[in-house]
Amino acid sequence: MDALAVHEGAAGHEAHAESFVRHYIFSLDHKMIGKQYYLTTLLMAMVGGALAMLMRAHLGWPQNGTLDPGQYLAAATMHGTVMIFFFLTSILTGAFGNFLIPLMIGARDMAFPFLNMISYWTLFPGVLVLLASFFVPGGPAGNGWTSYAPLSAVAKFSPSGGAGQTLWAISIMFVLFSSLFGSLNFLTTIINMRARGLAMGRIPLTLWGIFITAILALLSFPVLTAAVVMLILDRTAGTSFFVPPNLLVAGQVLANKNGDALLWQHMFWFFGHPEVYILILTPMGIVSDVISTFSRKPIFGYKAMVLSLSAIGFLSFLVWGHHMFVSGMSPLLGAAFLGSTIAIAVPSAIKTFNWCTTLWQGRIHFTSAMLFAIAFVSLFVTGGLSGIFLAAAPVDIYLHDTYFVIAHFHFVMAAAALFSIFAGTYYWFPKMFGRMMDERLGKIHFVFTFLGIYATFFPMHFLGFMGNSRRLYDTSTYPFLSHAGPIDVFISLSAFMLGAAQFVFIYNFFRSMLHGPVAEQNPWHANSLEWAAPSPPPHGNWGPSLPVVYRWPYDYSVPGAAADYSPQWQAPSAVAAADGGQ
Amino acid sequence: MDSGPAMPRDERTAGRWMGVLILFILTAGVVSFIVAAHIWWLQPLASREGAASDEMFNAILAATAIAFIAVHLFIAIALIRYAAHGRRPAAHWHEHLGAELTWTLVPAAGLVILAILAEIVWAHVYSPPPANAQVVEVTARQFLWYVRYPGPDGKLARTDPKFISAGNPLGLDPADPDSKTNVVVTNEFHVVNNRPVRVVIRSLDVIHSFFLPNFRVKQDAVPGRTMSVWFTPDRAGPYQIACAQLCGVGHYTMRGNMVVETDQAAFDAWLAKQGQH
Repeated sequence: MDALAVHEGAAGHEAHAESFVRHYIFSLDHKMIGKQYYLTTLLMAMVGGALAMLMRAHLGWPQNGTLDPGQYLAAATMHGTVMIFFFLTSILTGAFGNFLIPLMIGARDMAFPFLNMISYWTLFPGVLVLLASFFVPGGPAGNGWTSYAPLSAVAKFSPSGGAGQTLWAISIMFVLFSSLFGSLNFLTTIINMRARGLAMGRIPLTLWGIFITAILALLSFPVLTAAVVMLILDRTAGTSFFVPPNLLVAGQVLANKNGDALLWQHMFWFFGHPEVYILILTPMGIVSDVISTFSRKPIFGYKAMVLSLSAIGFLSFLVWGHHMFVSGMSPLLGAAFLGSTIAIAVPSAIKTFNWCTTLWQGRIHFTSAMLFAIAFVSLFVTGGLSGIFLAAAPVDIYLHDTYFVIAHFHFVMAAAALFSIFAGTYYWFPKMFGRMMDERLGKIHFVFTFLGIYATFFPMHFLGFMGNSRRLYDTSTYPFLSHAGPIDVFISLSAFMLGAAQFVFIYNFFRSMLHGPVAEQNPWHANSLEWAAPSPPPHGNWGPSLPVVYRWPYDYSVPGAAADYSPQWQAPSAVAAADGGQ
Repeated sequence: MDSGPAMPRDERTAGRWMGVLILFILTAGVVSFIVAAHIWWLQPLASREGAASDEMFNAILAATAIAFIAVHLFIAIALIRYAAHGRRPAAHWHEHLGAELTWTLVPAAGLVILAILAEIVWAHVYSPPPANAQVVEVTARQFLWYVRYPGPDGKLARTDPKFISAGNPLGLDPADPDSKTNVVVTNEFHVVNNRPVRVVIRSLDVIHSFFLPNFRVKQDAVPGRTMSVWFTPDRAGPYQIACAQLCGVGHYTMRGNMVVETDQAAFDAWLAKQGQH
């Protein structure tokens, strides 16, 4: 902080003095690190998206044999791994968390800028290891993104020796450590470095989302870290954490003793379910802020929003067993997880009603950011409702591990999080790069993405109803699925449209970065503190003195105020003066 | 910047377009379900116990359909009605305890009822099987199902992996007299109509999942553990066993055949034709 304070008068000069490597590569500036995360994860999203396109190219027309069974499973596994760990998790915390936290709380940087740099440079080797696994003999991991043991734990189950699966586990370790460093930094920064006047009860819901996400990550990631270390040992050092005795592999009985196959599932999902909420709490916050800004109306039920975020965060640790209703876990445990899982629907419902109510009697501006935020609510509702089928354990027995589950989590978690990322990008792009994105292209991107998401994932509900299991290379083995063909073709065509629409976004993103109209300091007339900084903010973010906060971030359309927004940094005297002037 | 509370602005066209888009999603969602109910729906039910979970499925479908329609209608109306236009300002309110309590407690009450009903059905699914249940053991391995029927005394012989060989894939202990009467077949699972069947499920290698779509049965086969499920088939005919858990590159080929024989005599006749071990 002191070092920054000395330099703050000469921010422009300092930027000159910084070497290229210090500024763009080993940067300590939270904004540059945020951008590094953004571009890296965007690249990974393209990798994950391309893998999805490959899967759909195969599944629409399996008789063409676009992929062989091993390649298909590898594509499915890597699609899930890339999207969940290397795109969604990393962009929400790494890109949005890093970029926004100091700006939203009126700080000059993170509490630990060096740790922040390390966090990005821990993710990066993880990316390299994962990408390298595509080029090892036998190809990348192909045992599902969940990598259930003992299939994943015994190298001999992979005909090629399965270096890909080991590299998978190593790359996951890098991501987990990276997120752990980030979470420590986020919590410390939000707790200790808020501007004068910024009580926790006045921080934007985006920050609440990031804050609770960081707590969940801190508590759940070490469990998966332990599990992947155990998995690596099982694969390479002959331990038996997840390998039960007397396994038959290629006609031989293995000598392993006393391992337990279900232990992996318990550890994986103890991480995995909080992880699902790690991917959705920050989006909920982003969407709350975008909807409030463009409704020109305070978010409805701020306290209820914070309480429900917290309740979801807490309950997320008590529901992992609903992934294991048919795993052979005791039915008594299943009964308990049934109850806790249904309970989590209550705070989710509260949030939905609050978003809807925020729109009511608003003065809605249909920007690209707002369109994606509204669509988020639709996707979250659709995916949330299908979750009720799966929470009801007796119904889950039939739907478990079918395409119904794929439809469910792509709506409620994947697509919803993706839409919040688009909303957040269109919204904060001016602050990140000092230029505006093209709104017309944004709307074209929105319409095709929204229709594409529904057309791709909604019909998967019906495949699930038919009992079509996930991860089937070809359904023609099963006569009872013989009439699924037209749905698969429709889904594939929709997925291609969805994929093609993303090029509009990529074009808009990079073109606007270079040639977009120069952004004002506060182009959306928003209230939260990041809009008090110049666009883009200089090194150190603020001028000579730190901003002071006088109000919460949702004072939109205050009766009698001079404008339809009263930013957090506007002193009450200024409002009074403006009132007097009317 | 702004001179008044709200700059003049007309977003009504955009509001109508977005409202129509939401209504289109709503209509397409509902219509596709109605069409799918005739073509792409749950596999025909063939077990007694499955009826309860199908009823629950239908009840949840009705409740979620109402919620899906209501929320999308509300959003569409709000977007069309409250698009910015002229200088009309937004309202300024952000708390209402009554409303918030209502939409906390009403869904909560509905969900509590659902949870209770689900717990009752769940408890029944995992209740002890009836005394007259036929016992059949299903053992999964990459990528097939071994089905073992006990002899006339109803007992399954001991197994030990050290006895596993090409002629004895399950490793039945030759010292156990029941190993002479047990019948082991591959990928053929036959049961008797209207007689409860208890399926003992094991795996020799990785995790598989024993899925009988028509009987609403799914149970993972986990190496090192022995699982068991029971149900009562009530429609004779041929069916299929699917593997529902990724078990390796041949996962998609792991189909078994199932037949519900019309009565015990038909089953006994079929079993007698299978080679004895």
